This record gives sequence, structure tokens and C-alpha cells, in this order.
Amino acid sequence: MALLQIAEPGQSSAPHEHRLAIGIDLGTTNSLVATVRSGLPEVIIDESGRALLPSAVWYRANHAPVVGEGALANRITDPRNVVVSVKRWMGRSLSEIDSLADLGDSGPRSPVQVSAEILKTLRERAEQALGAAPDSLGIRHQEIMGAVITVPAHFDDAQRQATKDAARLAGIPVLRLLNEPTAAAIAYGLDQQAQGRFVVYDLGGGTFDVSILQLSRGVFEVLSTGGDTALGGDDFDRTLFEHLTGLIRPAARSGATPSALSDTDTSALSDADKSALRVESRRVKELLSTLAEVHVDFTLPSGLHLVAVVTAAEFETMSAALLNRTILTTRRALRDAGMQAGDADGVVLVGGATRMRAVRRAVADLFGREPLTNLDPDQVVALGAAMQANLLVGNRAPGDDWLLLDVIPLSLGLETMGGLVERILARNTTIPAARAQEFTTFKDGQTAMAVHVVQGERELVADCRSLGRFELRGIPPMVAGAARIQVTFQVDADGLLSVSARELSSGVEASVTVKPSYGLGDEAIAQMLTDAFGHAEEDARLRSLHEQAVDAERLLLATQTAIDQDGQLLSVADQALIGQRMAELSVLREALKDVDALRAGIAALSAATEGFAAARMDQAVRQALAGRRVEDLDTSV
Amino acid sequence: MHPDRFATSSDRDLRVAVQWATATNEAVRVLRDPVKRAALLCERHGHPVDAESNTSMPSPFLIQQMAWREALDEARDSGDPAALETLRRSLDSARTNLSQRVERAIDHQQNWAEAVAAVREWMFVERFADAVEAAEFALG
Repeated sequence: MALLQIAEPGQSSAPHEHRLAIGIDLGTTNSLVATVRSGLPEVIIDESGRALLPSAVWYRANHAPVVGEGALANRITDPRNVVVSVKRWMGRSLSEIDSLADLGDSGPRSPVQVSAEILKTLRERAEQALGAAPDSLGIRHQEIMGAVITVPAHFDDAQRQATKDAARLAGIPVLRLLNEPTAAAIAYGLDQQAQGRFVVYDLGGGTFDVSILQLSRGVFEVLSTGGDTALGGDDFDRTLFEHLTGLIRPAARSGATPSALSDTDTSALSDADKSALRVESRRVKELLSTLAEVHVDFTLPSGLHLVAVVTAAEFETMSAALLNRTILTTRRALRDAGMQAGDADGVVLVGGATRMRAVRRAVADLFGREPLTNLDPDQVVALGAAMQANLLVGNRAPGDDWLLLDVIPLSLGLETMGGLVERILARNTTIPAARAQEFTTFKDGQTAMAVHVVQGERELVADCRSLGRFELRGIPPMVAGAARIQVTFQVDADGLLSVSARELSSGVEASVTVKPSYGLGDEAIAQMLTDAFGHAEEDARLRSLHEQAVDAERLLLATQTAIDQDGQLLSVADQALIGQRMAELSVLREALKDVDALRAGIAALSAATEGFAAARMDQAVRQALAGRRVEDLDTSV
Repeated sequence: MHPDRFATSSDRDLRVAVQWATATNEAVRVLRDPVKRAALLCERHGHPVDAESNTSMPSPFLIQQMAWREALDEARDSGDPAALETLRRSLDSARTNLSQRVERAIDHQQNWAEAVAAVREWMFVERFADAVEAAEFALG
């Protein structure tokens, strides 16, 4: 669509129907989907009334995968084929993950594929609830226009790409990837009309994030963010698991002298035992959020028996090291934001793991104030995502507007001679952002240059995450140091990076959208999409027809709105041309028959409105900037 | 003009919005950062800082730099967070001094040669602060 939708807040555009948009919290342990109905965000529940979908997938040969409770139920009997906590592996290649490469009889699955199954289930749940499911003929009368999917703020580029790929695979159009703490801040900030600096402490099942945000007049500006993508509630379960393993006694009937298995020796436990014990560990942890002690009297599948008492104080001691890691990360984020703990105007707890009493106490101690917990810590991220999705598709009520200014969590840089990192974009840079830096050749006559993109805070490439490599070839031979190679990093609003390199004297250019080395190229994804949708060609055709119809409708609506607002910018001839193309497109859309004709109609209208779009952009920028003071700009752009 | 306003628009519009927002963010970044803002002011008044080509520094400053570098190496080798903290504090006070020097030179004296000299020292200090921070990260 070539036309710019420049909608002023409070000035509602065109006759507009409610567009379906959803927010998805794709969690390590549980996932949720939410939407905004009648102006209020709400989590969509399944037919049994459950909001949380366990992020578990059960694979069997010759059967469709089972997602959620149904998968968890088989965790003990078929532990090898039930995948849990797949989020921990996002952005990693199969060779790095044993558990997924060896999935029983059903073959290996990538983390992207597993996540896509979870997303698909959420999409279907939302479609059912919102009346967007296909009817008996397989035709959708309403489409979900898009989704906002949340990711840990600390996810690196590879992990973000993987999440976006999973959504594509699940047939979900992604409006935006949103950082989880930012989503929580939206839910809280808009709920409480808050102003000031807020700290969001988000301890989920497998990831820890902390973000510091400045809220003022509808602008959510992230000042700094920090975290650990491999620290979460699961780790607290594991400390309990190890503790409990050490207390297991051989079954009484074996007649042997009861002696404890050593702490590290879990080899005597079968896979089923371990699974059962993990489930038990989590149950004990959850009970300890409200009870002072928990009595465990538990028989494992293999007959081993476990009797123990775990007190809240013991559990706190066991988990002190983990908690301390979160506090250190929080302190660093405070420092990055140029703040002391006492400066915070509010602290928000997010994530099921913040129900642990030890977590609440540690956070309260650090900030000298009780954290806010009035929104359900399991739901708050999904609710915020739904609100953002609703805003992005244009379901904006008058006066109901806000803007997010998020940051990149980790510095982005290049490898230079000697395995050192040259930092190009520093962490906590507001996105979208771009930065160009010049490099030169190292040897006389050098005609190519390898560009290795890395992410992280360390000085050595080996200590950072490698995101991708590409080569700039065709540099004219010159003496060492004479070539001027400009490398440009661009990060979009989703936090995704693309890199281009250009030799300035010759204009030779090379670029990549960083598709990191976790093993899924565009082609692989396209193939999976074909596999997923290609079973019935008719399905695919109908689908793309409907997609085009939605696009056409969107374009028509936007064009009409633009003409109503700024028609004076058009010459009579242009206006006539645009009017004619609109009429043609309307006819094609009504007919809903020929995909190619529809696509051509969209392209024709887009082409006709290009000049108009540029004129409107000029005008909007002039109006936005005229007579403004610099200090006002950062909060109003 | 933030790309979020164009989430459902075409790729082309989205790209234009990304470019505008990028430029705005960059402008804000320069204006908010006292060192970058000072450098820009000098340049606008015909006294570019030329940080890359002009690297000669007064010797007291160089001696101070060497002392800092040594302190950093020692702290790194011994893995001592307290030593890094001390170093960070002395950097902070150097920053405060430089910021006052620049303020005097630009706002009160319009002494551009002095402003440029101070800005260049300040840039060194900031770069060194990055190295300290990297060392802190490495310590965890």
C-alpha cells in the first residue's frame, strides 16, 4: 500500500470497523493469547476455561502433535517425545540441542517448528473466540489482521528472528515483536495512568528480564534493559529437584540398607522418574509461595520412595544464588539508566516465578518499596501485547494513543583484526536506529572483505554471539588502507538487524538481513510453509485470495481516508486517475475470484498514489516539526 | 512518523517511516549526549574536533590516561570489583570536571580552542569508561 495513514490521535479516520488483533505471550512454561474487546484487554480462554496454555508439545509418529495440557499429561509416560521449555532453545541450531534432534519416532524438530505448533494452537483458540475460524467450506469471513508477539527484552537477534519465523510458520501475520517488560508496562501504565520511572522485574519460566521505563504523556520510553535468557523459574525447580534427588531412599521392599543416592548420582533414576520428580519439584515450589513448609511423600514410577519436609527457609537458602543473579542484573540496568534504586517511582512484578516469596522480598529490599502486583503476573504481558496490537491495527479510540520507544538489549558490532569487536550500536540505543562506520583494507590489492556481525558486550569475538557473516567482493585493488568501506547497521522497531557494506570509491555493495546461523534460511521456511499449507492446493489459493482481498480493502480504506484529509494536495488529473483505479479494485475485490488480477489491481492503485504519499509525508513532517523546540521532540515523535 | 504508526501499511511506507524515526532517534541521541552535543557545537562554530585525525594530547592528560590503563589492567587481572569501582569513581569526577570546563569555554568564554581541547579529552575519558564497563561485564 503506497498511501500513508497519517492519523492524528483523537481524530478518528474513516468509517472503520473493528479489526481483529491479538497479543501473544509465547512463554517458556505457559503461553497466552489476549485481545481487546469493547475497549478492554482480556485473555482468551479455551473451551475448558483455561487461560494458560502449557508450552508443551507431544510428538508421535503418524499423529498430529498435541499441544498444551494434553502434552504435559504424557510427560511422565513418554518423556522423550514431549518437548517442554522450547523457548530456551530459540535461535539455536539443532546441532546444539540433543533433546530435539532425537524425538522418538517422529524425527527431529527445530525450536522454530515446536514454537510454531504452540502458536498455531493459540491462533486457533483466538479464531474460535473471535469468530474468525473458517466455516464449513473453509472460507474465512473475518481474518485476524495481525499479532503482537512478546519476546524477552534480552533476546538477541537470532532469538528474535526465530520467534518471527515461528509465527510465519504458524500463519500469523506479525505486527510487531514487543519486549515482555515493555508489554507489562503498557498494561500497568495505561491501567494506572502512571507517570515517572518504572522498573519492570520479569522472572518467567526460563528467562529473566529487567527494564527501566520512563512514562510520560503517553510515551513509554525504555531507558535501559538487562537480563538473562537462561535464568527463570525452571532453575528454581531444578535446585529443588537436585535437593529432592538427594533425599530419595531405595524402595523398602528391595531389602537393602536404606542409604541416600548421592547428590549427583541421578543415574539410578529412569527418564520417567526424573520427569515425575520434576513435576513434583514444581508443585513443591508453588506450594512454598504460600506455605511455610511442604511434606513430600512420593513414590516414583520405578518404585523408589521419597519422604521429606522442605521448609520455605531451606528453599530460600537453596535459591539465594539464583536470586542474587537477578539482583545484580537489576543493579546494572539501574546504572545504565543513570538511576539509584531509590529513584524508582514504581516496581512491577511480572512472570509466574515472581509469586515466590523470596523474590518479592528481595525486590522490596532493593527498592525500599513494595512492588506492584495488582495485575495477574501470568497475564499482564499478554494483556499489554493485545493493547499494542489493537493500537497498531488502528482500533484507536479518540484520545487513546501512546508510543513505545524501545532499545536494543545488547551491543551490535563487527569483528576486526585480531578477533576484537568493534562496537557499532551500543546497547540501550533507542530503536529504530542506524549507524555507519568506515573500515579499510588490511593488505595491498585486497579485493574482498569478510564482514562478521556479532552481538554482546565483551571485547573478544569469541565471547559474543555470532549473528552472521557475509562478504563484500569486487573492491578495486588499492594499497592497504586506501579503500573506504562503509558498513551500515540498521535495526528496525522489532529489534531486528540488517547490515550492508559499501565501498565508497567504487560503489560496490553487499548486504544481508542478518539471518543468523541457527539453521533456518528463508527457503527452509518457505518449504515448511508449503508443507504446512500445501496439502490442499485449493486451501492455499483461497487463502491467498483472502489475503489479497484484505490488502485491497485496507488500501482502499487508506486511500479514501487520505483523500478526505488531504485531497487538496492532488491535481484534478491525479484525483481522477486514483478514483478510477479505486473503482476497478473495488470490483475485483467484490468478485473475489482472480488472485492475480486482484494483486495487479492493488499494484496499480499503489503506483497511482505514490506521488500523493510523498506529498503527504512532506506535509506531515513539516507540520510535526514546525515551531517545535528540541526538548519537546523526543517525547512526541 | 514512528514505524508503529505504519504497522499495517506497505513495506515501502514502513521503510520510509523507519528512516525518519531512525534519523530522529539519532538527532535525539546527539542532543542528549553532552559530549556529542559539545562536539557538534564546536563544529557548528567552525572548530571541528577532528577526533580521528588530531590525536595529540597534553602530557599531564596522557600520564593520567596511562595510570588509569594500568589500574584497569591490574583490576582485570586480579578480578577485583572494588578496584573497578574506585576507577569508575575517579572517571566520574573527571567527567564532571570536563563537563564544567566545556560549559565555561562554550557558554561563557566562547573560547573554542579550549572547548575543542576539553571535548577531545572528554572523548578519551568516555572511551576508557567503555573499557572499564567491558571489564565489569567480563567479571559478571
